[in-house]
Amino acid sequence: MAKLESSLKNMILSLSIISLISSSLLAGIYTVTKEPIATAQSKKQQDAIKDVLPNKNAKVGQPVEIKLEGREKPFIIYPAKENGELVGAAIQTYSTEGYAGTIEIMVGVDDKGNISNYTVLSSAETPGLGSKIDQWFKSTKANQTIIGKNSTVNFTVSKDGGDIDAITASTISSRAFLSSIRDAFQAYKTYQEQEKTNSHE
Amino acid sequence: MSKLSILSKGIIKENPIFVLLVGMCPTLGTTTSAINGLGMGLSTAFVLICSNIVISAIKSYIPDKVRIPAFIVVIASFVTILQLSMQAYVPALYASLGIFIPLIVVNCIILARAEAYANKNTVFDSMLDGIGMGLGFTLALTILGSVREILGAGSIFNYKFIGDHDGILIFVLAPGAFIALGYLIAIINKLKTSKA
Repeated sequence: MAKLESSLKNMILSLSIISLISSSLLAGIYTVTKEPIATAQSKKQQDAIKDVLPNKNAKVGQPVEIKLEGREKPFIIYPAKENGELVGAAIQTYSTEGYAGTIEIMVGVDDKGNISNYTVLSSAETPGLGSKIDQWFKSTKANQTIIGKNSTVNFTVSKDGGDIDAITASTISSRAFLSSIRDAFQAYKTYQEQEKTNSHE
Repeated sequence: MSKLSILSKGIIKENPIFVLLVGMCPTLGTTTSAINGLGMGLSTAFVLICSNIVISAIKSYIPDKVRIPAFIVVIASFVTILQLSMQAYVPALYASLGIFIPLIVVNCIILARAEAYANKNTVFDSMLDGIGMGLGFTLALTILGSVREILGAGSIFNYKFIGDHDGILIFVLAPGAFIALGYLIAIINKLKTSKA
């Protein structure tokens, strides 16, 4: 079949029909994938919470948003409760001081306020350098790990007089990571105080 | 040209990365590991095959003056389909490829194949061409990703073989992509000249 002539009518018709077909196709695909995408995203969140909590049987309660002074985005606390008692929490924290964009961390604390685990939700730190934040602070080396430590520890890199060794060649990412941990504890403290006043009322 | 050579030319003789050197942006950007290279290669191959088939099927209904916008709409639709399905069914891979998935739209090998091949050939030949070029692209990205992962992280497909040590970091970073690609092209050229 010969090519359609490039007249105005033909051009408009052809482009409109192509656009119409592809937009209806995309609408269909969007409807089909909408739910799996939402499930995948919430599953990632749920998995991260489960992963960092010390007590796997505890029930995760309603998330509470905590605003800290001078910070725009709220920190989110997922309290873990067993028989109505608070046995720990997962804290979704972040830092904007990283090498590339925002770092989002989920950190878990147990009933005594010690860090049980953490996981990186999203980060765009340099692969091979800053991206090591996902493993480095879980190491077994005492002055490198943050696991098992609580708010009495100075979560600052040792170069700046703190207690934690920074990732080799990634001090900026390490500083950002540790600042997000400090913020997490601050948010958790605020949350606990809030809960106390609520229960006294 | 025989059907087989249409299929195989994209893999070796006209390999989009090592010979034609098109589509460099995702090539250098995503090949930090073998699995990322493979994922990006397969995604691009999917879009390439689908767009080649569709464009060669509707080519006689597209007036010449508006062919580029028409091709772009077709390609963009397939990329969006791919993006939505990846987000839904392989979220981990989607997260690691990130911005490079939507950027497949502007990957010049896809538009180049549509313009130079699918616009002039039959549906079946265009499909073979898409498969060949797609496989060639996937192969090149996987090789490049493997080389960079082996040298840069000491692992292959996330399987670590050098224990607790770091690799040669520069190969995971952007300059390493250029260095590794340059040496790979040199090796392939050497092999080709010694064969001829």
